[in-house]
Amino acid sequence: MRDTIKLTQPKEIVCIVCPNGCRVLCEPSDGGVRYSGYQCKRGLAYAEAELIRPMRTLTTSVKTAFADAPVVSVRTAGEIEKSKLREVAGELGKLTLSKRVKIGDVVAQNVCGTGVDVVCTSDRLVQSL
Amino acid sequence: MNTDLQTFDVTVIGAGPAGLAAALEADRQGAKTLLIEREARLGGILKQCIHDGFGIVRYGEKLSGPEYAERFIERLPDSGVTVWTLSFVSGIERVGTDSFLTVITREGMKRVRTRSLVLATGCRERTSRQIGVHGRHCAGVFTAGTAQYYTNILGKLPTKRCVILGSGDIGLIMARRLTIEGAEVVGVYEAKPTPSGLTRNVSQCLWDFDIPLHTGKTVSRVFGDARLTAVEIASVDGCMCPIAGTEEIIPCDALILSVGLIPENELAQSIGVPLDPKTKGAIVDERNETLLQGVFACGNALHVNDLVDYVSESGETAGKAAAGSDRPERELLPVECDQSLLYVVPQRLDKAAAESERVFFFRSSADMDNALLTVSRGETRLLSKRYAHLRPPEMERLPLALSSEQLAGEEPLLFHLEEATHA
Repeated sequence: MRDTIKLTQPKEIVCIVCPNGCRVLCEPSDGGVRYSGYQCKRGLAYAEAELIRPMRTLTTSVKTAFADAPVVSVRTAGEIEKSKLREVAGELGKLTLSKRVKIGDVVAQNVCGTGVDVVCTSDRLVQSL
Repeated sequence: MNTDLQTFDVTVIGAGPAGLAAALEADRQGAKTLLIEREARLGGILKQCIHDGFGIVRYGEKLSGPEYAERFIERLPDSGVTVWTLSFVSGIERVGTDSFLTVITREGMKRVRTRSLVLATGCRERTSRQIGVHGRHCAGVFTAGTAQYYTNILGKLPTKRCVILGSGDIGLIMARRLTIEGAEVVGVYEAKPTPSGLTRNVSQCLWDFDIPLHTGKTVSRVFGDARLTAVEIASVDGCMCPIAGTEEIIPCDALILSVGLIPENELAQSIGVPLDPKTKGAIVDERNETLLQGVFACGNALHVNDLVDYVSESGETAGKAAAGSDRPERELLPVECDQSLLYVVPQRLDKAAAESERVFFFRSSADMDNALLTVSRGETRLLSKRYAHLRPPEMERLPLALSSEQLAGEEPLLFHLEEATHA
């Protein structure tokens, strides 16, 4: 079952999936939505998701205990709800890593109950100079 | 004889995404390759670009900058590439088509003789001096890249409340980044009528975080003694001059500039590589060889790209060509564009090239819907192609097969864009 989409006015959504940045026009039509302007099915799926529950990947950094790399970059391993971006960022701001993690290592599990882990995206803590 | 002289087939200057790709490709072609990087770590600007979206074209994945760089860095140990970090090229001399480099390293000065030289020196940000921001010389005026370095590498937030001037991609990315870290971004101000960055970045960086974008406005003055305390915003007229009476004062502790990038070509100019005034990078042929034989250019040093994927491609093109041991005579044909395009790269075609497919990169000079691109030589049209949307911030890649018959004669290739009338 799909969530119902309530759209009363036409809305233009810019797809962020790829560099084309398609402007998808969403218009109310017979109780549903008519989509146009997308160049591939990912654009259609993105626009649909935007109308129901927008999802985003969060990229940020977390503090470390190491002077040679005081912060290291991380991201959510999957998408989280857009409305949770600030909450998750705030939670990660409280973290200080005491282990030298590498790309792909999990630094926080099931962050803020989203069901999504947060992984390291840089090898700066394990690269020798 | 100078015993300190080391000899390489290919020397690449700069180990950002372009230089990494160039060195790995030159090595793959069997060339004895040297990669020189002035910083301690490889990866160039990608090290501080912790947002994702890198590699969509190349890998079909949205990687962060460090992850994208690592895809190349991890190949180095198994390659034959010699890597010198913390090494700075202080001078280049040309002898025939060979280049002699003076390199300052941790072990002292080194001399290098190389058959091919690849310039992958990246680009620089335009500064407040270059756009004429008036007022006090106080702390708190940063380029977006500097603010990014503070935030993502040093872990120090450079502002609590800031104004961003210019809507280039790094400015948009930093608007989101600083907001995520808890700073207040009062707004992004752009003098031009349309944003300079990618549409998707305006959407995911500004709209997602309710950061306002004001077009047609600029920063006319900055205030503050030791540290910035406020900026004055004014609307601009058609000539980009502030309009009297429209000023407003915004209290803030930082002004962050995202007002353009300029290819870095100091070394190129020191050996007389001719530059294109449109791109501010070297004039190259389809193999990214400059007008100086044996000298190649790639990545943002060649022209400022919006996607790293194309930077890597450009590095590979240069690296492959630089590895070639023969130095065939080139028959160069000019590639030109009129004012409907900002630029086209490459600016030359080698009629003697073995492969018929050439890859062009271009930008339109204005926003266009239903645009028609034509490539012609005199009266002969070689290509007509329609584009639904073209925007100056969004570079287009155009592969085009051209036969030797189509390239006969001396007539230049001309790129032209026009808004097509609806059928």
